[in-house]
Amino acid sequence: MRLYEHEGKALLERAGIRVPKGTLVSGSAADAGPSLGAATFPVAVKSQVLTGGRMKAGGIAFAEDADQLSAELTRLLGSEISGHRVETLLVEPKTQFDREFYLGITYDSAAKSAVAVFSQAGGIDVEQAGAAVKAEIPLLLPASGFRFKELLASAGLQGRLLSGMTGVFTKLAGLFRDNDCILAEINPLVLTPEGKLVALDVHVELDDDALYRHGDLVKRFGLEGRDADARERSPLERKAEEIDSADHRGVAGRMVEFPGNLGLLIGGGGASLTAFDAVQRHGGKPANYCEIGGNPSVWKVKELTKLLLSRKDVERIAVIMNVVSNTRVDLVARGVVKGILELGLDPAEKIAIFRIPGAWEEDGFSLLRKYGVPYADRTVSIDQAAKMAVAGAGGER
Amino acid sequence: MAILVDKDTSIIVQGITGREAASFTKDSLDYGARIVGGVTPGKGGQEVFGLPVTDTVRELTERFPVDATIISVPPPFVKDAAFEAIENGIRLLLVVTERVPRRDVVEIVELCRLRGARMIGPNSLGVISPGKSRLGMVGGPAEDVRKSYVPGNVGVMSRSGGMTTEIANLLTVNGLGQSTCVSVGGDPIVGSQFADLIDVFEADAETHALVLFTEPGGAMESALAARLRERPSRLPLFIFIAGKFVDQMRGVRFGHAATLVQSEADTTEAKARILSEAGVTVVEELSALPGLVKEALNG
Repeated sequence: MRLYEHEGKALLERAGIRVPKGTLVSGSAADAGPSLGAATFPVAVKSQVLTGGRMKAGGIAFAEDADQLSAELTRLLGSEISGHRVETLLVEPKTQFDREFYLGITYDSAAKSAVAVFSQAGGIDVEQAGAAVKAEIPLLLPASGFRFKELLASAGLQGRLLSGMTGVFTKLAGLFRDNDCILAEINPLVLTPEGKLVALDVHVELDDDALYRHGDLVKRFGLEGRDADARERSPLERKAEEIDSADHRGVAGRMVEFPGNLGLLIGGGGASLTAFDAVQRHGGKPANYCEIGGNPSVWKVKELTKLLLSRKDVERIAVIMNVVSNTRVDLVARGVVKGILELGLDPAEKIAIFRIPGAWEEDGFSLLRKYGVPYADRTVSIDQAAKMAVAGAGGER
Repeated sequence: MAILVDKDTSIIVQGITGREAASFTKDSLDYGARIVGGVTPGKGGQEVFGLPVTDTVRELTERFPVDATIISVPPPFVKDAAFEAIENGIRLLLVVTERVPRRDVVEIVELCRLRGARMIGPNSLGVISPGKSRLGMVGGPAEDVRKSYVPGNVGVMSRSGGMTTEIANLLTVNGLGQSTCVSVGGDPIVGSQFADLIDVFEADAETHALVLFTEPGGAMESALAARLRERPSRLPLFIFIAGKFVDQMRGVRFGHAATLVQSEADTTEAKARILSEAGVTVVEELSALPGLVKEALNG
């Protein structure tokens, strides 16, 4: 879960890393005015949105005096930056600096380790700049500054800057570990003319799976219910989420709509991807992606079937899963057939193919035969089943 | 001799009294796995399917030689369970639990390195050497396992648990048996990746070809490609990469926790390119897989 810049800066401050003294403003420009009465100009005005590249997208501005500040507040509050609505701004004194650096700690999945990354080319184009150095940071041992000193020295840092930067990096690593981050990045960390190191921007992502042990952060930042990914859900996708959470038995989630005419009831994770690709490969147009698994109840499958068929452009549905052991084939078959019957439609017409082999398949297949639904067993692969669904022909009945 | 798990592999289950664990313990015993006991703190002295339940791993390792453990405990307890197993001398850990905090996973990996242990998972359905034994729940109840998996010479590694069985089944219905099949786990960081396990398959006289299933996201494929560029494999390698449509949908997570395209390197296209350059046959259509494997085995 990504934190807002001001939340990240609060964590930095708590860890002892210097940040500009900012003020948070929200609501309308008129509301915001009074809290900024004592601003020291020039100031930076920074949109608090959960996306990178804010500078390039016009989400960060500078103001030399109160009039300019007021104009920027009016322009930014309520505007959209890269598709994200700006509700809050961080106003802070503009920091003069001589040099910019990049400091990051994240996980390297291939190395299966935490890694520290440093670059002397901090700033907005650090991704292109290259020339970064990195080192694995063990988590099992207590944090130790020498690893960062070695890394920074290898990048050519010397003297007071080396010592100061080692301190900041060690604190950042502590923050990363203590808060269960999956990314803690300062870009840029600047060196001021007075020789101070100040974090001007920060990007922190927390591990969603570790939030349970950070009740303080969840409460302080109001993380409960914040969407893990910022993608806007369609009404149908939200309805699918409601169906999924209304019944704890099994999973029928992660519905994503597409503009096609073939509804998909597919699962599990890997097989869903395989089936979706196969439908497209054979010229079919999927109306959706989804994942069913973990032995969903008849009710859940039934409701999802009805939901898919409620879309006027969805002509038929294909039901495809990998060979199942946990999910019961007969329960899924009953759910799909029941959903179609409740809509007053004919399962034989509406189901393009039912291909779920595995546990309780005999019961499932016999139900499908009863309603004349085309089905396929384990001798028919996922892509062959997808082809049958697209061709509208094939399968036993 | 099968790799990772064989008919003589002595296994314990941590969290054995849990609903899911009890169920796969029963299925695994039916299939012939040598499970010797289980651990659930606070339930020492009970029995599950005639197996002793203890409070600590040590009570079992003092009574039996233990080669492997299956960890099926809630996410907050996985790290401690894994540490307990490793510190009591167990050298193969299968972690079934999903949603384990990433820091805990990395700390387990680090302790494994220090002690010479291996972790499969987290979020793995298990490892199976058909006809011999199984670690975990891949394939389900014994009678279902026997339908999908038969002994043979093709190894399988998959980032998806369900597709591990699907691919074994596809091979089986086309007359190709399997040596060992591994569900490596669908999380962003797993203890054993393709590049870690390929050595084990290469060292196995019973494995004559290796089939991989993968998805968008993660760095497992680039690590494998690097290994193959450095040291080509003696085995014919095949990979099926699902989720081509995800290439166009950056930032949206599909399927497993690791299935997310954030940069060019995460796409199926990039993975197909680097693996194909490293000598792996990229299979475009799943149903073409058995034919390609047969050709390589008979060629």
